[in-house]
Amino acid sequence: MINNLNVLLPEIFLTISIFSALMIGVFIKNSFNLIFNLSSIIILVTIAIIFNNYNSSEKIFLDSFSRDAYSNFFKILILISSLFVLNSSKAFIIDSKLGKFEYPIIILLSILGMFFMVSSNDIILFYLGLELQSLSLYILASIDRDNLRSSESGIKYFVLSALSSGLLLYGCSLLYGFTGSTNFDLIANELNKENIGAVFAMVFILVGLAFKVSAVPFHMWTPDVYEGAPTSITSYFAVVPKVAGLAILIKFMHIPFSNILLEWQTIIIFISLASMILGAVAAIGQTNIKRLLAYSSIGHIGYALAGVATGVISGYESAIVYIAIYVIMNIGAFSCLYLLKKDGEYKEKISDLSGISRKHPIIAISFLVILFSLAGIPPLGGFFAKFYVFTAVLEQKMYALAIIGLLTTVISAFYYLKIIKTIYFDDSVITFDAPKNKFAQLSILISCITLLTFFLYPSALNNIAESLFIY
Amino acid sequence: MNFPILTTLIFLPLISSIFIFLSKGQKNDNSAIYISLFSSLATFILSLFVWFSLDLSSSDFQFLEEKSWINDFIKFKLGVDGISILFIVLTTFITPICIISCVNSVKTRIKEFLIAILILETFMLGVFCSLDLVVFYLFFEAGLIPMFLIIGVWGGPKRVYSAFKFFLFTLLGSVLMLAAIIFIYWLTGTTDITQIYEIKIPKEYQNILWLAFFSSFAVKTPMWPVHTWLPDAHVEAPTAGSVILAAILLKMAGYGFLRFSLPMFPLASEYFTPLIFTLSIIAIIYTSLVALMQEDMKKLIAYSSVAHMGYVTLGIFTFTKQGIEGSIFQMISHGLISAALFLCVGVVYDRLHSRMISTYGGLVNYLPKYSFLFIIFALAGLGLPGTSGFLGEFLVLTGAFQKNYLIAMIATFGVVLGAAYMLWLSKRVIFGNTNNSEIKILKDVNKLETLMLVPLGLLVIYFGFYPVPLIDTVNFSVDNLINNYEIAIKSKGLN
Repeated sequence: MINNLNVLLPEIFLTISIFSALMIGVFIKNSFNLIFNLSSIIILVTIAIIFNNYNSSEKIFLDSFSRDAYSNFFKILILISSLFVLNSSKAFIIDSKLGKFEYPIIILLSILGMFFMVSSNDIILFYLGLELQSLSLYILASIDRDNLRSSESGIKYFVLSALSSGLLLYGCSLLYGFTGSTNFDLIANELNKENIGAVFAMVFILVGLAFKVSAVPFHMWTPDVYEGAPTSITSYFAVVPKVAGLAILIKFMHIPFSNILLEWQTIIIFISLASMILGAVAAIGQTNIKRLLAYSSIGHIGYALAGVATGVISGYESAIVYIAIYVIMNIGAFSCLYLLKKDGEYKEKISDLSGISRKHPIIAISFLVILFSLAGIPPLGGFFAKFYVFTAVLEQKMYALAIIGLLTTVISAFYYLKIIKTIYFDDSVITFDAPKNKFAQLSILISCITLLTFFLYPSALNNIAESLFIY
Repeated sequence: MNFPILTTLIFLPLISSIFIFLSKGQKNDNSAIYISLFSSLATFILSLFVWFSLDLSSSDFQFLEEKSWINDFIKFKLGVDGISILFIVLTTFITPICIISCVNSVKTRIKEFLIAILILETFMLGVFCSLDLVVFYLFFEAGLIPMFLIIGVWGGPKRVYSAFKFFLFTLLGSVLMLAAIIFIYWLTGTTDITQIYEIKIPKEYQNILWLAFFSSFAVKTPMWPVHTWLPDAHVEAPTAGSVILAAILLKMAGYGFLRFSLPMFPLASEYFTPLIFTLSIIAIIYTSLVALMQEDMKKLIAYSSVAHMGYVTLGIFTFTKQGIEGSIFQMISHGLISAALFLCVGVVYDRLHSRMISTYGGLVNYLPKYSFLFIIFALAGLGLPGTSGFLGEFLVLTGAFQKNYLIAMIATFGVVLGAAYMLWLSKRVIFGNTNNSEIKILKDVNKLETLMLVPLGLLVIYFGFYPVPLIDTVNFSVDNLINNYEIAIKSKGLN
């Protein structure tokens, strides 16, 4: 038994630390700084615990919880990206008077939910993890409760997400009804035979998951929530839940639904194409950077889903590589937003960036690298992400998906170029305050250097992704 | 050869650009100029060393370098042969000249400008050195970033439109090539072009793949009707940008045809020859006529570039030795001549800030040295015997006559048109009456301008009289190219 619990050690540690931190927060006044630093330490220790037992592969609790390289990789990705998102946004949180000690604790809770999500091998545990994550995210979206837009985005997110969770739960119950099991492996076995009911269940579950990763046509909440929520929350939304959502989506396709490949493949291809096209076209008219990044993230999820749509391991790997590079790019992009501060106010209009290359060459060049990488121009990291995905897609002879996908990269290049044009070609308008946020600068630096030097050893991430599917 | 000389060659400018980026002292811009000039000259000398130590009696790729790169299947493979070395040397030769031209013409943010030029040089050299499709694509596309910034940041009034047009046109063509490259990878299991040459791509796929590559190269060449980005880009780009664009970036496409389209898809190349011939002829005649009507000197030279590149594509697809050697020669000579012409426009633009032909007139009375140089390049541009421009066109037309009389006749007519617009340009700018009083107080070319124009002039005349060094260099590689092509055509893809 003790040995078994070892498998669950990261989750146990995380739970205990969250509640301890909550207690400390309640009893000590003005404890935001303390709790904030404590959460960073908790995250670091959790990373260490996971690394300590990285390659072990075990299932416990009647095979409902599995710990393996796959879930460990995603947990570490979630933790590292949360660490960067949290710390680079600290100055922003304090400036926007969001510095309540609950903030980091709710983030940790959502991480806990994602842990159970990516580790789940059972639809009940999966749903519990998903809900823990979603509930935390509802609160986070409206954390700036005196701000009308933030509250609005919280409500919007809550209503739509609750609906999608309902659909998902309905799908789960259908799946149980038609296969007689909640366990992923048993469901997979059961779906060997023809099972029309399970296809319905799959569609409902897919809808729920597509909502969580904000893929078209379930993307409607994304731009509003991204724009309405405080930037620190938006950056969290843009990065971490996407990783978890994609992880569980791939797991669903890989294990329980592996035998109804043809049925879900068509749906994913449609979702992927729709996301790529909408992400490219709808972003063109945007004037708010956060809103633009929302559409850009929809597009990027489309590319990642194109990898999933292949239905083979190499495709899943390419999607994982894609999402990892996406995380690096988005952390960099949002960290740049934390530096756009003028008289204590954070700017988020594209026009505010006008001509910053003259006064702030370093921010400008960081934007340049990140935006060209988002556009997928070689030799930056974003190119290799797209390269892997389209290599996998073409391997499966899905020519239409590949060609349309590649053409949308040209369309999306247009709006990234528009921002670069504003930064580099236009006249200088605003001089921002000298950047003080050291951690944001550090994450920009790390992000840019990773993207710039990715071409030196482009198979690094791929090698990791390859090792995830050996179980 | 264990020392990775090509890697050094490619990344030397990049490394020096990092030095410039990190160097302090915004006010003292001279150090940046010296560093970049020094490193680009070092690159030039290194490339000359590669040229002279290349074994020209062999058509094999030399100075091979191979490193496992993506997933152990795709290798970072570099190498040069007789064809690519010429483009490498052209690149390394033009870059220092561009850097010298910056001193006069770039007024703001010269440090960033030099960084962009050096990074661009790295990417251009990478294109010509790569022996792997993915590596080639990487460098080919990466060049868009610095060029986009060069046009957009330092360009003229309509720079934003031109930069966007340049970037999106090229990107649109290139993504199809990327799809084709990945497709070839799954078809043959490799992207190493020396292996693909031997594997031979099945007949049924050749046409579609050829078209995908063509979509990229046609935009880059540029061929009619996708040439419209070029005049815009040229007009708005700063002088050094126009020079690099005309002298080197356009040559990537011609090089691409020679390196990829012809050897990898010989059957498709034969199949599409009429298409290429038609487009080339339209480019030669139509854009020459358009060039006649231009009021703007840079636009005129830009259109003449399209016409000259028409000869290049025409020559390549004759599949004759004269034709292909002529195209290569034409590309090198056009690289020198168009670079020089853009520099000449830049010289007077720096003084009067106008590119309009009507602003000028009678320059010969006030700027004799400048007029002398300008006339040399204008005559070379129209293909006067004794300049390199003549030999390129002559060889291409010789090749074309062996294939198709009608096409060759029409193309020859283009030479006349070329003479017309170039002579008319010279007449209006250099000779004629001086209506503009500002011209009378203009200074003649200074030392720096002489330094950048005279070497170009000497080379244009030297190669006009003695093309042997260039022809000898490409001789065996072209023979090999044509042999392989003919074998492939005879076997009709049955292997």
